[in-house]
Amino acid sequence: MNSTILQISSRYLNIILLIASVFALIRGHNQPGGGFIGGLLASLSVIFNSLAYSPEEILKKLRIKPIQHIALGLILVLLSIIPSLLAHKPVMHGIWIKGSSAFLQSVKIGTPLLFDIGVFFTVIGVTLLFFFSLLIKK
Amino acid sequence: MNIIAFPIFFPFLLVIVMIMVRSVKLAKCLAIAGSAINIIGILLIFQQVSKNDILVLNMGGWPAPYAITLVADYLSSLMLLVTAIIVFSISVYAYNFIQEDDGNSKFYVFFFSLLMGVNGAFITGDVFNLYVWFEVMLLSSFVLITLGKRKEQLEGGIKYMALNLIASLLFLAGLGLLYGKTGTLNMAHLAQILKDDQQAILINTSAMLFFIAFGIKAAVFPVFFWLPSSYHTANITITSLFAGLLTKVGVYALIRFFTLFFIQDSDFWHTLLLIIAGFTMIIGGMAASAHYETRRILSYHIISQIGYMIMGLGIFTPLAIAGAIYFTVHNMIAKTNTFLIAGVINKMKGTYYLKNIGGLFKESPMLAILFIIPAFALAGIPPLSGFFAKFMLIKAGFEDEHYFVTSVAIFTGILTLYSVIKIWNEAFLKKHPDETKVHDKFKPGFIDILPSIILGLGSIGLGVFAKYFFEITSAAAEQLLNPDFYINNILNTVK
Repeated sequence: MNSTILQISSRYLNIILLIASVFALIRGHNQPGGGFIGGLLASLSVIFNSLAYSPEEILKKLRIKPIQHIALGLILVLLSIIPSLLAHKPVMHGIWIKGSSAFLQSVKIGTPLLFDIGVFFTVIGVTLLFFFSLLIKK
Repeated sequence: MNIIAFPIFFPFLLVIVMIMVRSVKLAKCLAIAGSAINIIGILLIFQQVSKNDILVLNMGGWPAPYAITLVADYLSSLMLLVTAIIVFSISVYAYNFIQEDDGNSKFYVFFFSLLMGVNGAFITGDVFNLYVWFEVMLLSSFVLITLGKRKEQLEGGIKYMALNLIASLLFLAGLGLLYGKTGTLNMAHLAQILKDDQQAILINTSAMLFFIAFGIKAAVFPVFFWLPSSYHTANITITSLFAGLLTKVGVYALIRFFTLFFIQDSDFWHTLLLIIAGFTMIIGGMAASAHYETRRILSYHIISQIGYMIMGLGIFTPLAIAGAIYFTVHNMIAKTNTFLIAGVINKMKGTYYLKNIGGLFKESPMLAILFIIPAFALAGIPPLSGFFAKFMLIKAGFEDEHYFVTSVAIFTGILTLYSVIKIWNEAFLKKHPDETKVHDKFKPGFIDILPSIILGLGSIGLGVFAKYFFEITSAAAEQLLNPDFYINNILNTVK
């Protein structure tokens, strides 16, 4: 498909979708959102680009391939349990960075966020893997 | 206490490693090393359990009914240990038997995610979490069946997937009903609520949904059709893995549910279990006698032996439950072993059809000995493991006056003996038929028969040290029949 409208609008939508995905990821601690939804939004930006240009081209341009996204996400998930083990708490016990700065008040940083980021990348990887294997003919 | 999470997170780590490893040879070695470490970790859990009787971990540090609880009691840790041993021997076997066209680069990823699912199912104390582990198992096993990308594999895989998805759907429906009625999905909490409930008969709808769901997973009569139509299509390594683990998880779930909280309407359930058990045994045994393809014979054996385990649950005396657990352990080991040997035979002769093979006794006496151990263990010849397992079940059956189903069990034993003798006669004793030629001769190396040696020693060990294993399984049965211990330990470990 070679639609100029789609190609130009994808340039702007790209940024909006990526910002929205990070927003959804961070918001997800106590409100609707989280790693899964954020991951879907982020993969949407890649999918949108692939539809505007061609999936082969975009797959070649991706620095981190979908399967590597999955591996990265799973590693982050595994890393998120290590602080709880080191602190001799039950596995997956949430450990938070405490502070009084305005940033830490609005964004809760801790192992659950790390877990969510792991989910975020895994979802991106899985969605893109499905998408590219359906669209690219071998 | 965090050690209980080891059986879930360690395979998870191995999955990540296997995604990243490029070299196939390295992946094979890492898999063997990884499954060896897995055995060590689970031995530690087993030792802790035998010291403390039960281990409980509330993930995330939340109090019991809200957290996902991981519980290792005698039954769980015993199943984990057997699983670890089987997974180790299969990872050794896979070294030569997983080839390029079987998608060897992806095999180990799903091999360990299957292990993660099985371990998780054995160790979880939460019904919804159990559902999740069943899904992990289902997805990885579906990929494993279809790894070779051949037409019949896809056909078998789709049958497998379709029937198991129906089971998952029923499981989810039962789970939803149960949650609607009780407001909890923590097994111990459920047991506590249902114990004092006067209207417990209302639970029967969800119990029936669970029973059918686990029945499909465990391949009992009349919902076993997915098993013989899918197992023979996959690579033999994968088939032996499934034979050892998958159906037994269904049996484990049945034992857990019907001893812990579906115990109200016991007359109805135990009669139903015994009827199902009788049909499962006899139909599996008869089908096994009729077939002449090793993998199909062995697949039908799995079904007939699931019947014995269900029978133990249906009799519901301490001896019978202990017998069912003993039988499950014995069966996991011996069944995997026979499939492994069938794979070696296939590699030597190029076929699974008994008509076209023969003369193996002369060709490889070692293989013959290794086959006769699990085969006679399955048939129940003393002093191998199957004899004691069947003896316990049959004794319990007669003591509790279930004469009919016990006679069926004995008769099925004869059918089993007949069908393993059939394999023995056709494959090992008879002369090799002249018209079938084998092009490239394969001689099994040490690494090909090492897994069979390990599992064969397991079968002998279970028989020779029967007293010790009898004590362990009795302790497990005693724990299962006194759910109060389980309930109190989980609901009182608020930290």
